[in-house]
Amino acid sequence: MKELKVTIKHEVGLHARPAAQFVKTASKYTSDVTLSYDGKTKNAKSILGVLSMGVGANAEITIQAEGDDEEEVINALAELINNNFGE
Amino acid sequence: MQIVTGIPASKGIAIGPGFLYQTTEVIPERRIVADVKAELEHFRLSCAKADNELENLFNEAVESVGEEAAEIFQAHRMMLQDPEIVQYVEDAILNQKLAADYAMYEAAEMNAEMMEALEDEYFKARAADIRDVARRVLRILHGKEDQEVNLKQPSIILAEDLAPSDTMQFERTLILGFFTARGGTTSHTAILSKAMGIPAVVGGGEIPSYLKLGSVLIIDGDNGKLIIDPDQRTLTNYHEKQEEQLALYHQEMQSAHDPAITIDGHEIEVVANIGNRLDAEDAVAKGAEGVGLLRTEFSFIEDNVIPDEESLVKTYQGMFSPFGDDPVVVRTLDIGGDKEMPHLQLPVESNPFLGCRGIRLCFDKLDLFKLQLRAILRAGEKTNLCIMFPMVATVDEVGQAKAILKEIMEALESEDLPFNHNPQVGIMIEVPSAAVCADQLAEVVDFFSIGTNDLTQYTMAADRTNANVAYLISAMQPAVIRLVAKVIEDGHAAGIWVGMCGEMAGDLTAIPILLGLGLDEFSMTSPLIPAAKEIIRKWDTRQAKLLAEQSMACKSPQEVKELVENWQTQ
Repeated sequence: MKELKVTIKHEVGLHARPAAQFVKTASKYTSDVTLSYDGKTKNAKSILGVLSMGVGANAEITIQAEGDDEEEVINALAELINNNFGE
Repeated sequence: MQIVTGIPASKGIAIGPGFLYQTTEVIPERRIVADVKAELEHFRLSCAKADNELENLFNEAVESVGEEAAEIFQAHRMMLQDPEIVQYVEDAILNQKLAADYAMYEAAEMNAEMMEALEDEYFKARAADIRDVARRVLRILHGKEDQEVNLKQPSIILAEDLAPSDTMQFERTLILGFFTARGGTTSHTAILSKAMGIPAVVGGGEIPSYLKLGSVLIIDGDNGKLIIDPDQRTLTNYHEKQEEQLALYHQEMQSAHDPAITIDGHEIEVVANIGNRLDAEDAVAKGAEGVGLLRTEFSFIEDNVIPDEESLVKTYQGMFSPFGDDPVVVRTLDIGGDKEMPHLQLPVESNPFLGCRGIRLCFDKLDLFKLQLRAILRAGEKTNLCIMFPMVATVDEVGQAKAILKEIMEALESEDLPFNHNPQVGIMIEVPSAAVCADQLAEVVDFFSIGTNDLTQYTMAADRTNANVAYLISAMQPAVIRLVAKVIEDGHAAGIWVGMCGEMAGDLTAIPILLGLGLDEFSMTSPLIPAAKEIIRKWDTRQAKLLAEQSMACKSPQEVKELVENWQTQ
């Protein structure tokens, strides 16, 4: 299992376009991916799950991945977040 | 007469009969099915069909309201495929033998209620999305086709709330306006109505119960009001207002494609600022006579990888092609330490606005700069290409940039690749030192384009992202106007043309002053073009020159604005 703790810097947090990009990226991989924030854990491949977490700007989230491509999915999500979702 | 106040969501005035749109909420019964396998298959096929419908709706919406507003339907497709929903429904069918329609309804409601509980307008709109998706799937599960709502006459649509697929059901030409009881400025009704240019008021609380058949309604999208059974005076007022707005819009759009010629016969070039292919098409539709600023940062920021030359050539060609022989000014990469781009490995700077950005960064990342110049020259073959370097501060930098450009052209020549051999080469004037030494710079370039946003922040020593010093940020500051005047004068003295691509060029108050200062080219975001052309046509350059001279004596932005207003009412 791979884990990543990271801070969302995007001004809207994990809402709208950033949330969609996050879910799309996670869904490209076969590993199970979860997102934890504020004591809740949700499926990172679910747009509804991710949206319902209410991750705002500057929130620290934990991403866990388990499966054959766990390393790749964590790297891809880290890159997306560190690049501030391409903005 | 009754007035309901809501949130102004889309500008304009609509007058006409109301059409009350009610969605029939079907609540499926909780049923157990005998053939679990068949039910699962039925559910999967229905989802596939729903996805197909949404894809078609998306394509239609791209045509009618543009890609940005159409994104709503892509979001719906993501919800339709969401594991939280799909797995829940499939588990319920398999393990509890529940009917698919009930399981879907339950899954959607659970998620929608969770969103609503977050008490945030954004999430409330998403709750409406989930229910909209579920309604679609239920309808297909029940074997019904998507039905169109037949409006018999042009009407103002009143609804509790409108889901995007509801909004798209109406015959576009028969919608006069929208009023919804729920929703806010980020609701779909707001986004779609703005994209369609239809007046709308949202979040009005409730649909008025005293609405009678045959009531006349007014939607005042500017002030967020719904007026029911207006008295004669109000009705006349609104009719007049509506006609004025319509006349102005039609006049502007009709003449948008005509040249902007001043009363005394000077033709002024009005062009667009663009950043992608869609902007390019919109610019042509709004009457742009070319491009005064083509931003190239997008391709480098978007996918977090350095693009390859061939794909850059294609991207640029896509943006150049709508303009035919009209000039297109391409600004080379203008980024710096204020944007995080790990793939470019930019250093962290304590003061990025004064750091390694624009041409400075291009010199630092020479490979990137060369790659871009190659792609621009190749894509610009057979176009009226102008290349512009950003953030130039010294004459020396122009020499360096031109030497690199020459080197690239020689390389392309030796590789036998087709490219533009004679682009005009110019610079942005946005650093005060460049404005002060404009006479020297004018000797070594083919044109200037004044970037007023940065020129203002550097001249006033006020970070334009810092709210505490925002009062200093105005292109109407006398210091900025004087610098602009000097740049234009120096440019003309050396025989080169001078344009402007900052916000000032599209500011309807500033245009007469710039006209008077002799600006040759005005570049702005496309929606402003029709109105800007109209303003130019109303002025005589000799009058504008007098105005410009007076504006140079003003001591504050406020004084400048008052001066222009006084002139305009004369």
